[in-house]
Amino acid sequence: MVIDPSMESPRRPAGRDHFSLDLATDLSQVGEVVEAVAACCFAGVTATTRTRFRLCTVVAEAVANAMVYGNGNDPTRRVLVDVELHQDRVVVGVTDEGEGFDPAVVPDPTDDDMLESECGRGIFMIRRLADAVSFNARGNTIWMTLPRC
Amino acid sequence: MTFESSRDPSGVTILTVEGQLIVANRQELKQLVGDALDQGDRKFVLDFDKTAYIDSSGLGALVSINKKVREAGGELRLSGLNEDLSSLFELTKLDTLFVIADSATEALAGF
Repeated sequence: MVIDPSMESPRRPAGRDHFSLDLATDLSQVGEVVEAVAACCFAGVTATTRTRFRLCTVVAEAVANAMVYGNGNDPTRRVLVDVELHQDRVVVGVTDEGEGFDPAVVPDPTDDDMLESECGRGIFMIRRLADAVSFNARGNTIWMTLPRC
Repeated sequence: MTFESSRDPSGVTILTVEGQLIVANRQELKQLVGDALDQGDRKFVLDFDKTAYIDSSGLGALVSINKKVREAGGELRLSGLNEDLSSLFELTKLDTLFVIADSATEALAGF
């Protein structure tokens, strides 16, 4: 996994507290992406098991969503993972090349009629595991704030 | 290898999930259980003692596998969920869909 700390972020210029991953749409790479992001986020800090679990889960979720629902599994479309490192927290942005979606109309997967559905839990899980979640107006970028230790 | 398969002397198929259950490997797990069902296996334990995290597609795969096993007249039990994974099942209310044991040994004892 190549991490490019010099890549220009759509939100802010690159710096030593920032890194980006520019990915092809390839679901087989999701696990490796998660490991790479976690390694960078937790380098030099003592993160709890819970903190690692939360970061790994939401990054896996957001990257997979971007590839499947955003990019429609089109291998020519890219996913940008943009990470800001702060002393006590990390902000992870994931952007796809899709049309975006309206996060306000995502159904609740814990409703009785949704409980045995195979899909539809991703955004719900991210919202509950991250400290803060926001989207751009188009709905093709998600930002997630998580603790770093 | 992300899945380790074994068979208990009593005929229960035990599948251990190593590392993570996510979009990249969920299909492999579904295939493993599907093949075992085709071979006549009906009792399954999925053990997560060596699992670090599960994403929503992994949870979805478990829902799908549970349905298939049930429709075939079988039974699926989960085991070895750590505190983080247990909380994930609770917040998604999937703890109400599955039989969950503390360990594979306990899951096997219940069959």
